[in-house]
Amino acid sequence: MTEWLLVAIVGLGTVALKGVGPLVLGGRRVPDRLTGVVSLLAPTLLAALIVTNTFATGTALVIDARVAGMAAAVVAIVLRAPILVVIVVAAVAAAVTRALT
Amino acid sequence: MKEKRRTLPAGYAEGVRRAAPLAVAVFAFGVAFGLLARAAGFSVVVTLVFSATTFAGSAQFAAVSVLSSGGSLVAAVVAALLLNARYAPIGASVAPWLTGPWWRRLLIGQITVDESWVISNEGGGRFDPRKLVGAGLLLYAAWLVGTAIGVAGGGFLGKPEDLGLDAAFPALFLALLVGQVHDRRALVAALLGGAIALVLVPLTPAGVPIIAASLGCLIGLRRPAPPATPEDDPAAEDGLP
Repeated sequence: MTEWLLVAIVGLGTVALKGVGPLVLGGRRVPDRLTGVVSLLAPTLLAALIVTNTFATGTALVIDARVAGMAAAVVAIVLRAPILVVIVVAAVAAAVTRALT
Repeated sequence: MKEKRRTLPAGYAEGVRRAAPLAVAVFAFGVAFGLLARAAGFSVVVTLVFSATTFAGSAQFAAVSVLSSGGSLVAAVVAALLLNARYAPIGASVAPWLTGPWWRRLLIGQITVDESWVISNEGGGRFDPRKLVGAGLLLYAAWLVGTAIGVAGGGFLGKPEDLGLDAAFPALFLALLVGQVHDRRALVAALLGGAIALVLVPLTPAGVPIIAASLGCLIGLRRPAPPATPEDDPAAEDGLP
């Protein structure tokens, strides 16, 4: 029962969070000033996602194998590797680090 | 490498192609989620409904682990919705590029997740809705099929972490961020966003750092940006939180 309540509330809430922008603003041109803000949303959120996906475990900041994966990714990016290679290199580096530690 | 393909089916195909490596990781985490939910006492049906409606890995993991570690329903719901709150600004950012009837926009919003959003982002506030749909549908299928296999007891894959797949997501985000930072403003916004998130992780519940960091894009108010859209709608909408 608790599971169904959880799924219903989180499911509906997420559908609403994801849907509100496309429903309300769909197809409209936004004013230039807002465009300036929205165009910076991608780099800003990406950087935040990188930080949380690399260093956060719950509410703790940790240094673990993911950091090794990211270091390898940086090298691959500097060497102008294709994105697929960057992803694979990061995963392999993290897996190997985790296996060794 | 071809960067600009503009014909109709190619846009969708390009989204699928770019999402393919991520779909492998999403699938593996789907399996892991199915296993976790099953271990926490969730039924097969409720677990599948969860993945089908919410389609957000971090929120689903958080909700199930809060509940299974003895937390209250309210705590689980709050944790999950905080983690998903970023989808309000993310949805608003793609909205101008979505056309068609309301139900179609609503559906596309549902498959707008971190990875599909990033893949369809063409910089300067532009998004390709076809890439978004192609990538989103593939990732959605990977998440659902992964969940189904996990909940059916598919422990054969091993933990996604052992395969290093948890490093695949930030690596993708970094590779795409590098392509986004064309000027000083974008660089400042990215550094600001990363710094806000880093500072807030230990201080706030998970999810809050990302939402707070998104406010970093407000530095875009300081100077007029090169317009991504030719015409200007003077009936100003307040689309951002």
